[in-house]
Amino acid sequence: MVTLYSASNQSFDRMETKLFNIGVAFAVMWVVANTPMSQVLRLAMPAYLAALALLIAVALVGDVRNGARRWLDLGVISLQPSELMKIALPLALAWYFDRYESTLRLRNFVIAAALFVLPVLLILRQPDLGTALLIASSGCFVLFLAGLPWKIIFALGAAGVAALPLAWSVMHDYQRTRVMILLDPSQDPLGAGYHTIQSTIAVGSGGWFGKGWLQGTQTHLDFLPERTTDFIFAVYSEEFGLLGNAMLLLMFLLVIARGLVITLNAPTVFTRLVAGSVTLTFATYAFVNMGMVSGILPVVGVPLPLISYGGTALVSAFFGFGLLMSISTNRKLIKS
Amino acid sequence: MPQFVELKNLEGERSEFRRRTAIAAIFVLVLFGLLLARFVFLQVMKHEYYYTQAEANRISLVPIVPNRGLILDRHGTVLAHNFTAYTLEINPTVVRDLDATIESLSQLIEIAPKDRRRFKRLLDESRKLGAIPIRTRLSEAEIARFAANRYRFPGVEINARLFRRYPNGTLASHVVGYIGRINQKDMETLEADGRLSNYRGSEHIGKTGLEQMYERELHGTTGMEQVEVDSGGRAVRTLSRTPPVSGNNLQLHLDLRLQEAAEAAFGSRRGALVAIDPSTGGVLAFVSRPGFDPNLFIDGIDPTTWHELNTHPDRPMVNRALSGQYPPGSTYKPFMALAALELGRRTPQYAINDPGFFTLPGNSHQYRDWKPGGHGSVNLHQSIVISCDTYYYQLAFDLGIDTISNFMRQFGFGARTGVDLEGEAIGINPSQEWKQRRFRQKWYVGDTISIGIGQGYNVMTLLQMANATAIIANKGTVWRPHLVNLVQDATSRAQRAVLAQPLRRLDFKPDSWAVVQAAMIGVTTPGGTGHRAFADAKYIVGGKTGTSQVVAIKQGQKYDASRLDERHRDHALFIAYAPADNPTIALAVLVENAGGGGANAAPLARTVIDFFLFGKPVTPIDAPAIPGAAANGAASNGGAGAERN
Repeated sequence: MVTLYSASNQSFDRMETKLFNIGVAFAVMWVVANTPMSQVLRLAMPAYLAALALLIAVALVGDVRNGARRWLDLGVISLQPSELMKIALPLALAWYFDRYESTLRLRNFVIAAALFVLPVLLILRQPDLGTALLIASSGCFVLFLAGLPWKIIFALGAAGVAALPLAWSVMHDYQRTRVMILLDPSQDPLGAGYHTIQSTIAVGSGGWFGKGWLQGTQTHLDFLPERTTDFIFAVYSEEFGLLGNAMLLLMFLLVIARGLVITLNAPTVFTRLVAGSVTLTFATYAFVNMGMVSGILPVVGVPLPLISYGGTALVSAFFGFGLLMSISTNRKLIKS
Repeated sequence: MPQFVELKNLEGERSEFRRRTAIAAIFVLVLFGLLLARFVFLQVMKHEYYYTQAEANRISLVPIVPNRGLILDRHGTVLAHNFTAYTLEINPTVVRDLDATIESLSQLIEIAPKDRRRFKRLLDESRKLGAIPIRTRLSEAEIARFAANRYRFPGVEINARLFRRYPNGTLASHVVGYIGRINQKDMETLEADGRLSNYRGSEHIGKTGLEQMYERELHGTTGMEQVEVDSGGRAVRTLSRTPPVSGNNLQLHLDLRLQEAAEAAFGSRRGALVAIDPSTGGVLAFVSRPGFDPNLFIDGIDPTTWHELNTHPDRPMVNRALSGQYPPGSTYKPFMALAALELGRRTPQYAINDPGFFTLPGNSHQYRDWKPGGHGSVNLHQSIVISCDTYYYQLAFDLGIDTISNFMRQFGFGARTGVDLEGEAIGINPSQEWKQRRFRQKWYVGDTISIGIGQGYNVMTLLQMANATAIIANKGTVWRPHLVNLVQDATSRAQRAVLAQPLRRLDFKPDSWAVVQAAMIGVTTPGGTGHRAFADAKYIVGGKTGTSQVVAIKQGQKYDASRLDERHRDHALFIAYAPADNPTIALAVLVENAGGGGANAAPLARTVIDFFLFGKPVTPIDAPAIPGAAANGAASNGGAGAERN
């Protein structure tokens, strides 16, 4: 909140919206936390199929904004079905592995892979590389935790490395540019490299203790774009320094650790996989965003969980927490 | 026993799961450790470096806008170029009190309310940092006055900027088009194409004509300068510089002097003319009259002028040659004749008796010939020379609409030619299927009859007519008409041709072409409808007159131009190619509401062909030095000196 206040040039409008979003997010979390996991289990597959249908609809009749076909105009609201898929995919995969508990064969993994490759391809076509990769990784977490044999993991890893040149050849020009720029941001300092250079300067100039709240020069002199959303961490980092960053990392780690503990103690395959995926996806978001702002990852549109301005991201994060809480209470119910 | 195995499996799965969760946890720890290491690196080890960059001397990245490519005619005459002028610019991130600054500036330099309005608008629109112009084209005296007072105005500077200029004013304005300020819609398009970053610092983009069509060639690549800026926003020193790459020059097929002759021939009349080289498809002249002055648009046209241009009854902003759609009238007849010969439905010898009208079997409606009382016995040759309507009513009836429509498609009627300009109209090559789609009505035989003389549902663009005439002239080679001949690299002067191959060939019998060409020559020789205009020509011309109806004349009524509103009078049309034995030019001309084509359009064609064949000698192609070669500085060597017109 405090950082957003600074990042938005002390805009109270932004604060109001954010407060409202937090309210909504808490409400969502409360509802989800009080939904028994058996209900969630029942809803997993329908939710997945609905999200998939919406994605197909987007591919066919979606609105084109900024050159990408990501939105579905439903008259009153416009929906980005890939957001829905972020939640639905891990649930569906967990549901699937739950069904075949203890009779897992290689065949099951192939089917599960198909379940997540389909939406990922659809999102890639939009094109939305960032979201596609994140959804793919959340799917991978489930496969990994469900016990995908190590042999296959290594084989896939090797194949992935071998396929890199192929991936390079099918990437969009601007995506290639982003990767190239990561290697050398100065080659397009006005274009795609601009974000990275400016946010790196912001982070680096923060020093040990930061310049103090509202004192970030880099971020306040309009050098940094999107400073209330994906690049909010640059503002934070400039103003609170290494100490602030370390605190934030620690807090994220505490949340993740708690999530993993819930994961370990979850009673069923379904809850275990859901909890693990939610936690690891949360960690991925945090890592990718901070990595992008500090210039070790390419610029992809990923918000920093809990910190970035933007309602959807906040609500999905709290939705995840709701799931974790529900799993945690369920366990207690079963024990007692 | 199976239960036991399953239990054991479950236990195994459980411990495997624990192990994997632990691995994931370690993985997360490693990643976060990596982040922490990166933070330490940036914030502790490199802190001083970044702190200097961010705080003491802010690094500012200044885009250097590339020179926009020139547009030259076939002889190297400049149609669009750049000149450098000094602009007064304000950097709003540095200036605290904008209004007060502008107020005291206006005591040194004249700042009109118009300039203030534009500045405010740019300020609102601008998402980028950097200076925003408030006054352009400063005089020497104004520059001197400001220089003396510069210390009073931190964040205000004078910069040399490039401006586009169209030295020929309205001449060929519909071809060249104009550039205008980049608006929100342009930004979205650029962003979608991934070209937005190349437009940092750029304020203009091609909006119409060649400026729009060849935007990618003309714009060039934006350069960049990394400068240290002091707290007042002034540049202290340059750290690095990536030079901009100038846009490519366009060399047209268009001959500006021919264009000028053609436009002059129109005088105050409205209309269009397209001339094409039948051996390449290159457009030699492309006239739409009246035109407009593209210079008006460069700095943002003022609303009054814009309103005037758009509401003027003569509609100067409409490109009549490209998007105007007109019935071809009798200029359609040579193509009908080709269909008749090629499909074996007429021999050259076959003659009809023309009583002055045509009636459908069992129907009393008379389709009248333009000549009351008729032409008597008419064969195919005469039908073109004297433009006999009855002959073509009969022919259309015999061929039927499907045959006509399919045949005409080969000449490109009812389809875009694909010329290198945006906004081309399609025209209509009528067919049963088209009428069903458009009006949800079936086709009547009566519809077919007026198609035969280029009326009815038949409409075309002048470009299509000229292109089709070129196909007759070169006996069946179909080109995609194009304005740009060569794209030239501004620095290396390396050239590449835009189009070198024809689209397709129409393999008609040589006799079919010969008969129709002979008849078209007949049109411009004694006894032909276009004879008067070419009476003393020193070359042989193939042509065809046309007169196209604007309003339908009722049965039994006579067309009387003097009693009609001027805008309802017939359009005068003429198509031609010359010299007939080895054509180097094919053209179509239309004069709006001028009456008969022989008297009112053919003389225009005569002027253009005369000029093309016997005009001033052709000088070798040579692009002039590029005015204002450096984006900043080197200002005075550009400008008006480079015009040679």
